[in-house]
Amino acid sequence: MIKINQIHKSYVTGKNSLHVLKGIDLEIAAGDMISIMGASGSGKSTLLNILGILDSYDSGEYLLNGLRINRLSERKAAQLRNRMLGFVFQSFNLVSFKNAMENVALPLYYQDVPRKKRNLIAMEYLDRMGLKEWALHLPNELSGGQKQRVAIARALIGKPKVILADEPTGALDSATSLEVMDILQEINATGITVIIVTHEHDIALRTRKTIRITDGNITEIVVN
Amino acid sequence: MFEIDKWQEIYSTIRKNKLRTFLTGFSVAWGIFMLILLLGSGSGLENGVKEQFKGGATNGVWISSGKTSIQYKGLKIGRQIKFTNEDYKSIKSTVSGPDHISARLFLGNNLISYKNEYGSFFLSPCHPDYGFIKEVDILQGRFLNNIDINEFRKVAVIGEKVKSSLFKGADSVAMGKYIKINGVLFKVVGIFRDYSRNDDEQKRVYIPISTAQRVFQGENVINQISFTTGNASAGESDLMIKKSKAVLAKMHTFDIEDNRAINVWNKNEEVRKFRALFAGIRLFIWIIGIGTIIAGIVGVSNIMMIVVKERTKEIGIRKSLGATPWSIVALIMQEAIVITSFAGYIGLVLGVGLLELISTKMPPTDFFRNPQADFSVAVMATFLLIIAGAVAGFFPAMKAARVNPVEALRDE
Repeated sequence: MIKINQIHKSYVTGKNSLHVLKGIDLEIAAGDMISIMGASGSGKSTLLNILGILDSYDSGEYLLNGLRINRLSERKAAQLRNRMLGFVFQSFNLVSFKNAMENVALPLYYQDVPRKKRNLIAMEYLDRMGLKEWALHLPNELSGGQKQRVAIARALIGKPKVILADEPTGALDSATSLEVMDILQEINATGITVIIVTHEHDIALRTRKTIRITDGNITEIVVN
Repeated sequence: MFEIDKWQEIYSTIRKNKLRTFLTGFSVAWGIFMLILLLGSGSGLENGVKEQFKGGATNGVWISSGKTSIQYKGLKIGRQIKFTNEDYKSIKSTVSGPDHISARLFLGNNLISYKNEYGSFFLSPCHPDYGFIKEVDILQGRFLNNIDINEFRKVAVIGEKVKSSLFKGADSVAMGKYIKINGVLFKVVGIFRDYSRNDDEQKRVYIPISTAQRVFQGENVINQISFTTGNASAGESDLMIKKSKAVLAKMHTFDIEDNRAINVWNKNEEVRKFRALFAGIRLFIWIIGIGTIIAGIVGVSNIMMIVVKERTKEIGIRKSLGATPWSIVALIMQEAIVITSFAGYIGLVLGVGLLELISTKMPPTDFFRNPQADFSVAVMATFLLIIAGAVAGFFPAMKAARVNPVEALRDE
């Protein structure tokens, strides 16, 4: 599903250049569930952004589902994100003035699905997350765990091939974290590739493989 | 582009920031309000002045006799020029161009009576064409005709004020009755209303100039020659005046450059001057009005910049979910256009409303009446508003489209 060869990435600020990724090679099979671990500043978030086509890379090669991802137009990148990828963030990133249902339906808006239809589909996904009763609530009326479940529903509604989760449990207590991990595992069981960036060991242990990144290099791949 | 979601989003952002939206909208509304008010006042001023020109064709030329002011062929200065029927005839036959021409005799106010009712009214002997030159509106009967002139008929066309003063109560039918003008009986053949608002103009009595010369004057003297220039251009009508002057200068032996020997009043020229003046005023008003609106646009643009900054995170989320740059541009532009158009429309309605109020409640004065913003102005203003909104939204929208999702989504 994902194949990257010798990916390099530097951030240039003025005269200083920060070499963040120093030649990453990685292959993730379809339906796999992996975690990426590393200290802050190790490059794990940058790697996730590149995988999510939110950021570009300097050299190397990135194949997503066989498609070469390199210097795409913003429009093309947006379409790929919409059709192929789903994002889950540490701080949920729900649109504050939209209710749960509208938040979940948002990716379908960018697929030009008519309003009624996409709200109907959004309700199905919320139901699956056990949040049907909360559909008309605004994000600030929901608990952290509920917000993350809304975000996961939103990530899933576009029927993505890959879910990219950046510290999905970082803002949640341990009980809720477990719930969220259960959901992510269920999603993975339906055949969707799941990639989780985390710094918590017990989260990483619930994935099949853990990739450890140190100073921009993959230093260890552990099969859990 | 105009999908219900975007309307909802605009509504929700507006609802969240009521004061900010109000202040922004207010500047635009104020701009349009002022523009409409200025344009309306301009038109009020123009209508007022136009009213002054009413009662007489705008292409009319009046030539009256005066006294010479330049020595010519040994003749002394200060000689009174006297027009006669010959002048009228030679201008009529030699000057081409005028579509209506009439001579006039000035007899001043005369005692006119019907049975026991009487009054003093202005007697205006003229040719039938004067009805066109003065643009009198015939309410009943007819104006003078050529048979009246040729047969020296004693007929009169009276103003509606004359009619109402002489014909009262049971005896209110004037048509066909005989009125006494300085002791001579004239038959009423028509009743007119003058377009001018001036009351004195309604207190006139027109009679055939030939009859007046025979009955009251006993000679062939006339005081004024007037004509209309048809569809002639400014240059062509100036040429007609020049030719008429030449004819008169030759007949009365005065210097053609002598502007006092005869007085020419070219209404067309006056009208032209005022048209130019009002074109200038209108341009000035548009410049000021557009300046005011630009200030409003800058305000909207500024606010939209802040909106984009506040919504950076949201824009980042949208991009991560698959929003194309164009969809973000459309989102911001649409909001700017909606705020501008809506607020502008309110300004438009208030401005037009105030003008209507002034129009109906304030009595018209000599130089100001019936201020109004016509439909074309409203249409123009509407287009201006939409363009203004688009301009106001453009730079903020571009800024929004350039939002980097990685930076926008970074947790602080």
